[in-house]
Amino acid sequence: MNWLDCCASREWHEREEWREQMSTRTTRVGPLATTPAPAPALDVDALLDDPATEIIVCCGSGGVGKTTTSAALALRAAERGRKVVVLTIDPARRLAQSMGIEALDNTPRPVTGIAAGTGSLDAMMLDMKRTFDEVVESQASPEKAKAILENPFYVALSSSFAGTQEYMAMEKLGQLHRDARAEGTYDLIVVDTPPSRSALDFLDAPERLSSFLDGKFIRLLLAPARGPAKLMGVGFSLMTKAVTKIIGATVLQDLQMFVTAFDTLFGGFRQRAQQTFELLQADGTAFLVVAAPEPDALREAAYFVERLSGEHMPLAGLVVNRASTKPASDLGADEAMAAAERLRRRNSDAGITPGLLHLHADRVRIVEREQLLRDRFTAAHPGVATAVVPALPSDVHDLDGLRRVGDLLAGKSAR
Amino acid sequence: MSTTDWPGVELHVVTGKGGTGKSTVAAALALSLASRGKDVLLCEVEGRQGIAQMFDVEPLPYEERRIAAGLPDENGVRGNVHALHIDAESALLEYLAMYYKLGRAGKALDRFGVIDFATTIAPGVRDVLLTGKVFEAAKDGRKKGTSSKSGRQYDAIVLDAPPTGRIAQFLNVNGELAGLAKAGPIKAQADTVMTLFRSKRTVIHLVTVLEEMPVQETADGIAELRAVDLPVGGVVVNLVRPQDLSPEQLAAAGDGSLDREALVADLSAAGLDVDDALVDGLLGEARHHAERRALEDSQRALVARMGVPVYELPRLPSGVDLGGLYELAGLLREQGMA
Repeated sequence: MNWLDCCASREWHEREEWREQMSTRTTRVGPLATTPAPAPALDVDALLDDPATEIIVCCGSGGVGKTTTSAALALRAAERGRKVVVLTIDPARRLAQSMGIEALDNTPRPVTGIAAGTGSLDAMMLDMKRTFDEVVESQASPEKAKAILENPFYVALSSSFAGTQEYMAMEKLGQLHRDARAEGTYDLIVVDTPPSRSALDFLDAPERLSSFLDGKFIRLLLAPARGPAKLMGVGFSLMTKAVTKIIGATVLQDLQMFVTAFDTLFGGFRQRAQQTFELLQADGTAFLVVAAPEPDALREAAYFVERLSGEHMPLAGLVVNRASTKPASDLGADEAMAAAERLRRRNSDAGITPGLLHLHADRVRIVEREQLLRDRFTAAHPGVATAVVPALPSDVHDLDGLRRVGDLLAGKSAR
Repeated sequence: MSTTDWPGVELHVVTGKGGTGKSTVAAALALSLASRGKDVLLCEVEGRQGIAQMFDVEPLPYEERRIAAGLPDENGVRGNVHALHIDAESALLEYLAMYYKLGRAGKALDRFGVIDFATTIAPGVRDVLLTGKVFEAAKDGRKKGTSSKSGRQYDAIVLDAPPTGRIAQFLNVNGELAGLAKAGPIKAQADTVMTLFRSKRTVIHLVTVLEEMPVQETADGIAELRAVDLPVGGVVVNLVRPQDLSPEQLAAAGDGSLDREALVADLSAAGLDVDDALVDGLLGEARHHAERRALEDSQRALVARMGVPVYELPRLPSGVDLGGLYELAGLLREQGMA
């Protein structure tokens, strides 16, 4: 045997050895073939009871039950003795009514009907325009505030355009937290986040506001109010010309007036945005990522988990809502379908049994699919504590319903 | 073969509450239009790359790209589905180059952060750019069957739009802008876009599931769209539960009067190992199913009262893959949506 053959044969042996090792370790193939450890359970009650928890932020994509989860957590915390305020963005009408917050006055209102004890629960629904107006009013002189509030750009910005909601939710959170600290009104704030078109909008709101205020463009719009434009050089006049060409001189003037009027508020805004961002990173804050066992919602959740850790924001865990409940028997989907088929073949009018078997098979397949999706999430993000909440037969619109959700979140079977 | 409910419509906007599967429905609608032999463009504007995932292709660039063929129609002709992933920044740069021939000045805009400002910070501008690009793909003057510089002309465009809560605002952003801009090229452009969106060439479909909040939001969405004169299309009821049981069987399942003995006998006859866990499990599942079906029926009645065409799509137990999309597309075609 020459040395080449020798090498080849050694390599071959090594490979065989490796194969044997792999096949004894697991029966599955593929790079991630080790069985993933199950996700640790999220201890919701420990989170709610910990006095160090001051803020809980529920985030996730639209339609996964963020609002209900926030309200249920807030109620549970209150009934366990915390002084809670919950800030919701767009609750279902009947849920809002049952919590007494259908009036959009941007002030926390006490929720009646919570169990007697040392805790309390206030709730409020965010009115983004009102919040924005309040910030302007608190920062500017009355005349200046009036000028801003009446500017067409301000009206459009504060009420109808997307993105503002994110800024304002964070602003309101900052306000509530400052007040709670100063007056001792609350020791826990639960925040529901807006249904952003992308997860980024919400997390980036304070950061973006800051960069908006520092932006060259804004500085340039302000330039005429501060000094001669020619100091800015050729690039500037090119830029102004281009902007004027696109949006027209009148609009540019309007915009300039608006930005100039707003300039006085900038310092305050930036400081607040920065404070809020730091607040979100603080130890007293806990992020809960809410999802449904669907590919899109879990993808969004994965994205959130990565972003939060990237921004050093404290992640408490994942809540998977709307999970299908596992069937009581262990009859598999294929076996059920085969049995249904046998019955049909035997007797074309086989009554209800084939239908029941079909339903069972359907449910088993859905449960298996959801489990697979969750396993994949866990494999990619091991160690994220998870609470799984089964789908409820109907929407929640009262405190009893919220209590039931709270029990399920805490891993207690529904009352 | 049935005829379509939407003759003459070139732009199908698909919206829906989060979690109702609007992107799936938009994709299925595009496939089903293609199965009428049409050339279809499917657009997404929310930066999710959902189309690429559903059709199992590489992430889409800012460029029209063929991604699938429709089912063959009665003459064996298959239309194509093309896809376009619209992002605001590319749309702005393209727009500036196209309309203003900005060479050096365009770069100056970028250097001073205007592009960044316009696409990420200035609220509303994103929506203007996104809707503007859809408009550009829909406008006349493109040539059919070519890939000329001005782009290929499509028989239909399907827009996977933002969710119901934002749709009226999104589509009406040009209306708002026209008010704000008062005069000049932006106003002219905004007015033209609104003319298309309000014309008979456009319809807006809403996707829902048979649950309280999504149905309520759909009703609200329809009212909002009508309030700003935008044309409401149909409602697509998605993720409908299987209907294996007859109404009488459902009633019996719901009140617990199913014949347990008969069930045990059937299960044994089918060769299954019958124990209490199995029988109780099946009966419990039947009751659960009956409850949900009753809730679905009450919501279905509300949807029927909205006075627009309604289409139903089943929940596919193993999720939606490309095969599943074709199945859903076939169902939409049968029901006359395409």
